[in-house]
Amino acid sequence: MNAHVANRSTAEKTLFRQFAESQGPEPSPARASAFARFAEAGLPTRRLEAWHYTDLRAAMADAAPILAAPSPVEIEAARLRLASRERFAPGAQVVLVGGRYIGELSDRLPVGVSVTEGALAADPVDDPLAALNEALSPPGCTISVARGTDFSEPITILHLAHGSSACSVYSRLAIALDAGARASFVETFEGAHAFVQRHAATIMKLAKGAKARHVVAVGDQPGLHIETQICDLAESAELGAFGLVSGGDLARRQIFVRMNGEDAKVSLTGLALLDGDRRADTTLQVVHAAPRGTSREFYRSIVDDDAVGVFQGKIIVERAAQKTDGAMKSQAVLLSPRAQMNEKPELEIFADDVVCGHGATVASLDPEQVFYLRSRGVPEREAKAMLLEAFGGESIDRIEDAVLAVALRARLSAWLGLRT
Amino acid sequence: MLEIRNLSVSVQDKLILDGLSLNVNAGEVAAIMGPNGSGKSTLAYIIAGKPGYEVASGEIFLDGENLLELEPNERALRGVFLAFQYPTEIPGVGAMTFLKAALNAQRRARGESDLTTPEFMRRVREAAQALKIDQEMLRRPLNVGFSGGEKKRFEVLQMALLAPRVGILDETDSGLDIDALRIVADGVNALRDPDRAFLVITHYQRLLDHIKPDVVHVMAKGRIVATGGPELALALERDGYRDYAEEAA
Repeated sequence: MNAHVANRSTAEKTLFRQFAESQGPEPSPARASAFARFAEAGLPTRRLEAWHYTDLRAAMADAAPILAAPSPVEIEAARLRLASRERFAPGAQVVLVGGRYIGELSDRLPVGVSVTEGALAADPVDDPLAALNEALSPPGCTISVARGTDFSEPITILHLAHGSSACSVYSRLAIALDAGARASFVETFEGAHAFVQRHAATIMKLAKGAKARHVVAVGDQPGLHIETQICDLAESAELGAFGLVSGGDLARRQIFVRMNGEDAKVSLTGLALLDGDRRADTTLQVVHAAPRGTSREFYRSIVDDDAVGVFQGKIIVERAAQKTDGAMKSQAVLLSPRAQMNEKPELEIFADDVVCGHGATVASLDPEQVFYLRSRGVPEREAKAMLLEAFGGESIDRIEDAVLAVALRARLSAWLGLRT
Repeated sequence: MLEIRNLSVSVQDKLILDGLSLNVNAGEVAAIMGPNGSGKSTLAYIIAGKPGYEVASGEIFLDGENLLELEPNERALRGVFLAFQYPTEIPGVGAMTFLKAALNAQRRARGESDLTTPEFMRRVREAAQALKIDQEMLRRPLNVGFSGGEKKRFEVLQMALLAPRVGILDETDSGLDIDALRIVADGVNALRDPDRAFLVITHYQRLLDHIKPDVVHVMAKGRIVATGGPELALALERDGYRDYAEEAA
């Protein structure tokens, strides 16, 4: 790999150095292999299809120094911050500071749920940033939900950034549900400023008949938010996922789902709220690998000012996945003539007995709807906010959890309230 | 009370209203009848302030204030209410949320505090009962999945709650069967008041059997071409609009 180093960007050169320094003389074979996969592709450019609308190589001037594990002083500082903030959701909370699980800041978990050091290995996915996370992330942790566990109150996983200087924060978390287990998780990202480059990975493994809800809320303001989810579903497992992006200069959420077992069900939903010159890219790859799987993807974006939204979704139906039922939809509202939305839904179908469809729309607010509300005395700004709350709210309602919906709608209202 | 003077309006360079003048007095129900394309709906929209129209000349005064200088929401707060021919469906906005926003906008403009939830619920329930609107319908998103009759009843419900100075009914009879028509007409008649005027826009005489007008204006080619009493509507029903169409040409 050293032969190519001359052509590397500054950020890539830094990443090579960081990997060498972080691993010592003998890197683990898994990490070395992961870094080799990253090195082969390098930072993605538009030439890589899955990154067609987000030229990360151009966007990353350099890779910020990797954040060290928090010191005892920093852990105490985090404790104070936690005490002064309102929780996003009720229920137990697991706290990661700078990508490390901090047991002393975390709550006791419900019976049947445990946290262990080290994230479970994920099935490899073909993506350079997924590989980079695997190579450079601290060992991370795994949250396991035992067979027969059934509770609906969400467990919150709080990713807290610490430090005030430029840094890269890598984290790796696995969530594993044993057969028939049911659980709900919320990941919130907080505390990052514009000089933070975040590389977060979440691995989800759902055993036979397991059912998980997984909500992500990115509300802080990192310069870079790269989030990779890798989800595997066994027979009759169900995953309902939602992601809200309301902050960050450049946010990329990439979700890889593989339905390995028969009769699995997936619902992926999300909402991106974009203003200023922010960019948010949601890229999905949903693989139906077994018969009778159902997948629903429903994403909405509100794009204002000079912001740029991206939605790419690919549903792949393998030959064995007969009777697949897949439907993908992405809808965006543009609020400014300079706002942009790029949408690319795709189907790749290798089975012959399937029902699959996709649709994408980009529009402005409907002037007829605005006029109807105004004709009843509602001021224009409020009328538009009502319509945007409705538009965004319809994606939030799909998570089918009233408590989380209230928390997410509050974020939506706050974002709308900040716009003038 | 409502005074329209020499109003000329075009849409994309096409002249729709051509020097229209009209007076509606307080307490009066004025019917506007006319053939398709005569500009009736444009008149309704221009009073309510729908964007997209170009006013070449004229004024619309409500209680001495020129509505053309006001935003649509400001006109609503001065007492203009348009019952739409095709009420707009708004997915994701609950009918009750919408009603509350509208009522509170009006109260805030008057310097009053927002309605308490129980008081709001009481008012809606009372108005809904009179119009045979069931509570289930009010839990749905605004106008979404409403039948034609439900949409029109919901328009009248809004009018009852907002208690306007002038109610404009744009083809409110269209798409209604006779039972729904009667409910809607009863709802409007209950709102007749010496301080309130109605502009009832309709193509057919039928609605006027249920909402008895004081004055009937005939509109053709963008202006009022004849004015008379209720008997004028009957004559139109019998003879059609042909005479007026030719006269205006």
